[in-house]
Amino acid sequence: MKSIIKILGKYKKETVLAPLFKLLEASFELLVPLVVASLIDYGILQSDKGHIIKSFLLLILLAVVGLISSVTAQYFSAKAAIGVSTQLRSDMFARIQSFSFSELDKLGTSTMITRMTSDINQVQNGVNMFLRLFLRSPFIVFGAMIMAFTVDVKGALVFAGTIPVLSIVVFAIILVSIPLYKKSQQNLDNLTAKTRENLSGVRVIRAFCQEEKEIKEFRTLNEILNKSQKYVGKISALMNPVTYVIINVAIIILIYVGALRVDSGLITQGAVVALYNYMSQILVELIKLANLIITLTKSVACANRVESILAIHSTLETMAENDINATINTTDYIVFDNVGLTYQNAGEESLSNINFTVKKGETIGIIGGTGSGKSSLVNLIPHLYDCTRGNVYIDGINVKAYSPEKLREKIGIVLQKAVLFKGSIRENILWGNPDATKEDIGKAIEISQSKDVISAKKNGLDEMIEHGGRNLSGGQKQRLTIARAIVKNPDILILDDSSSALDYATDAKLRQAIHSLDKNMTVFIVSQRTSSIMSADKILVLDDGKIVGMGTHDELLSNCNIYQEIHLSQTR
Amino acid sequence: MKQTQTIKKILSYIKQYRIYLVFSIVLALVTVAFTLYIPILIGKAIDCIVGVGNVNFEKIFAVFSQIAILSLLTAFFQWIMNLINNKMTYHVARDIRNQAMTKIETLPLNYLDTHSNGDTLSRIITDVDQFSDGLLMGFTQLFTGIITIIGTLAFMLSVNPIITAVVVVITPLSLFVAKFVSSKTYHLFKLQSEIRGEQTAFIEEMIENQKVVQAYNHQKENQQNFEEINQRLAKSSLKALFFSSLTNPSTRFVNNIVYGGVALSGGLMAITGTLSVGSLTCFLSYANQYTKPFNEISGVITELQNALACADRVFELIETPSEISDTHNQHLPENVSGNITLNKVYFSYTPDKKLIENFNLNVISGQRVAIVGPTGCGKTTLINLLMRFYDTVSGEITVDGYEIKSVTRNSLRRNYGMILQETWLKSGTIKENITIGKPDATDEEIIEACKKAHSHNFIKRLPDGYDTVIGEDGGDLSQGQKQLLCISRIMLSLPPMLILDEATSSIDTRTEMRIQNAFQQMMKGRTSFIVAHRLSTVKNADILLVMKDGHIIEQGTHEQLLEQDGFYANLYNSQFAV
Repeated sequence: MKSIIKILGKYKKETVLAPLFKLLEASFELLVPLVVASLIDYGILQSDKGHIIKSFLLLILLAVVGLISSVTAQYFSAKAAIGVSTQLRSDMFARIQSFSFSELDKLGTSTMITRMTSDINQVQNGVNMFLRLFLRSPFIVFGAMIMAFTVDVKGALVFAGTIPVLSIVVFAIILVSIPLYKKSQQNLDNLTAKTRENLSGVRVIRAFCQEEKEIKEFRTLNEILNKSQKYVGKISALMNPVTYVIINVAIIILIYVGALRVDSGLITQGAVVALYNYMSQILVELIKLANLIITLTKSVACANRVESILAIHSTLETMAENDINATINTTDYIVFDNVGLTYQNAGEESLSNINFTVKKGETIGIIGGTGSGKSSLVNLIPHLYDCTRGNVYIDGINVKAYSPEKLREKIGIVLQKAVLFKGSIRENILWGNPDATKEDIGKAIEISQSKDVISAKKNGLDEMIEHGGRNLSGGQKQRLTIARAIVKNPDILILDDSSSALDYATDAKLRQAIHSLDKNMTVFIVSQRTSSIMSADKILVLDDGKIVGMGTHDELLSNCNIYQEIHLSQTR
Repeated sequence: MKQTQTIKKILSYIKQYRIYLVFSIVLALVTVAFTLYIPILIGKAIDCIVGVGNVNFEKIFAVFSQIAILSLLTAFFQWIMNLINNKMTYHVARDIRNQAMTKIETLPLNYLDTHSNGDTLSRIITDVDQFSDGLLMGFTQLFTGIITIIGTLAFMLSVNPIITAVVVVITPLSLFVAKFVSSKTYHLFKLQSEIRGEQTAFIEEMIENQKVVQAYNHQKENQQNFEEINQRLAKSSLKALFFSSLTNPSTRFVNNIVYGGVALSGGLMAITGTLSVGSLTCFLSYANQYTKPFNEISGVITELQNALACADRVFELIETPSEISDTHNQHLPENVSGNITLNKVYFSYTPDKKLIENFNLNVISGQRVAIVGPTGCGKTTLINLLMRFYDTVSGEITVDGYEIKSVTRNSLRRNYGMILQETWLKSGTIKENITIGKPDATDEEIIEACKKAHSHNFIKRLPDGYDTVIGEDGGDLSQGQKQLLCISRIMLSLPPMLILDEATSSIDTRTEMRIQNAFQQMMKGRTSFIVAHRLSTVKNADILLVMKDGHIIEQGTHEQLLEQDGFYANLYNSQFAV
């Protein structure tokens, strides 16, 4: 709720004016009975046609003024509600973009998406209703009570007893249903995840003829959602009937008290009628209020889910410049000093005791089995994850002491999974460097061996990439992601097994082209193939998160068993 | 026009709950009648309180007990009615979602390949949600509203037909205003829904690939693009929300005019003595009761507009034509021997861009066919055709003499084991993922298969072994581990024909070498298609097809092709020349 209130602070004018105009409208409504009373007392009883017409015109005037103030109220409340939802979405998107990889791994995509979409919509709805009605209803409820006191204090005591009982019932129902709404929203999340899974895995599902089974599983989840919705519905549906009974009981008591007092001559029959009228007015408003509260309950549950995302902060560590580990004295460009990495919720270290140094301009090959920690190692260079032990230095400065933007500006990393975004090929390449000139792009395309990718497309660079890059093959995507990294002209280039879908010839040409760059680029090549890294200045052989061999191709061939095995498995 | 169609479709979903609908209406009738009657009882009670010493307590208590019983009954019926309405709404939403999901499983791949997942997702999740919200409001307030109007109308008629006529004549004005506003807002809601879909797609793309976004420091640009869509959404939402919220004030305005009209005509009649003051007071209060439901109903109508726009988008998905269903119910026998022919096959994804032309191939049972060629040459397309993910434009493909279009897709696909480069795992246990092709496998069989696929070792080390639950898309597993799991699936189900599309691209070569032995074993007697970039993986194949631009340019064994010294030889030698 905190963020919502904060955002509403920016819409002070709207937040204040919307309920105010609503109150104005309510007040005009309250004037109507007075006009009618005067119509009866002076118009009809004194047979004054002119007064009747005057009263009629006054009623019309009140209607017009009421219309204007309520339209104004609707406008301001809509504006504030939209303002809140727009700002929340924007804040949440920004927050998610600030998360480190650990948070992203932990949260999962589906839940972030539902919270950004349907939850925020629900919040918008809640704010809108709140501004329109929340002041009006209590105004009338308490107004009616105060009026009752002016009529007869003893009779009005019934009001004073009824309102707390009503409040307790209403709040009890709300308190019970909030966690239930949360649960039901959770079930919706699960259903969303299932749907996503089915959309992304359609080929495999069909290949294994799993359609029926998937539909069945979807139905089970859907059923669970349905049950939880019905359950919470059962509870919140109690609100109206229970308040109705309480009010009627109160009316019975009221009339009984009134009867006693009339019997002993303390008040008149008219006063009883007036008290009763106020009580029914309360009933009408309470029904509105109860409906509003149900909507609000839902919105609050959603708001809390939104809030919980906004409460998460990136856990990426930052280091002050004067920290003892912030800098070291070294002539080496990159230093891994006794580095270890344990992922959140993982028991064992995925990397341990990693020690090596790299000189500027060197090419480093990293090789090792599946799950040996190759990707984890290179992910530490741009500080995508925090190393949990030891330190990583670039240019003598700890990566944790750089601002992530500054650091990542220096580094071009091509991740294992080739991802391109909706937009033209050119736009995708410009991700690397928005200021790249035509020549820069041309060069990047040439180096990444993507020339034939571009020429195969009807619109060349302006060819639109479909969602998820579906109109490109795996190899084409990989080359374009490499082009995107190269156009950045980075100091450090990291290729994380990013040529796996390329044939050997293209892969070889790619490496040669990178090598021939005039820039003194430091290059990391993660690969499964010895041919891709054999010409590297230094090769790290990883096994089970540890470095088991380090040196040039020839050195490793003579002293590293695992490297020999890998190499042998790949030669004719 | 379109709206009535949409309503018809919604009604067809409600149809099977019509008993509930009838109950709901009956209960609405009863509760409204009771709520209208209770004030009359209260009036009776007040009539018993005339003045000092003149209070009929006996009669008051009799009336009190009636009020108490009636209000308890009303409350009970109201609760039941709410439950029934909840049930109907949530069941309809559930049914629509089930239908949508069933549709997804039968949509042509072409649809899914060309529509963003985010948009489809938002139709099934968000739109249905909004729709059910609107529908629930419709059920709970529409019936009671209408019945209240009819009830009060009857009471008014019994008091004075002439003024009732005045009320009835002005009423359509209110309906007209409501209709005018709602028809305007329908389009605004639709526009809002569209922009929302666009935004959801953007959010999905960027959140899913957030790692790349951050690696490229692209957060700022993203935020800018997001703001642009967000602002557009804000603008259209504001319009939709504001205009839709006009219904209420404007109908209330009409109501107030009705009220004024009653006061004027009633007052004038009272002067001439044709109407008593008491009747006029009663009339005014009924006029108020009568017009209030109109506000509610018009509120419901705008909500329903939004619901309709959302329903429309879901129905659009549900009504997308499914793949041409299996016209023949003929099944391909379960264990084919695997003689495959492709005869003059033509195929392209879009008519204006030819891809595969006059493709002919004859594969004998048990042969290993490797397909190599530069990216984009049509390798994956060929697999799409073999598995019938797409149908050929012309020409025929037969398996054991059966034209594949003449047998059911399921019976064809069951004969294939497919491993793709892009691994897909569902959230669930490791075991569930492995037994996907053979659900009745025993634990021994599973372990045996995983040992062959070299996944047993890493599975064993997971916290709960084979029962470890993996999250969305394989969760924390590495790409290679995921691929090993996909291989384990096939090692377990052992179908007669195999398709390996870059099946080992993410696995290190040492492990791959070991898996290769198991593959060799598995491929014995099975027709297999292998796509791989590592030529060491494919050189043992019986036939190597070298493809380029949708055509076969070379064909033969590894040795033959090397001798030809053509495209393949060039490719093969390049991998050693560094």
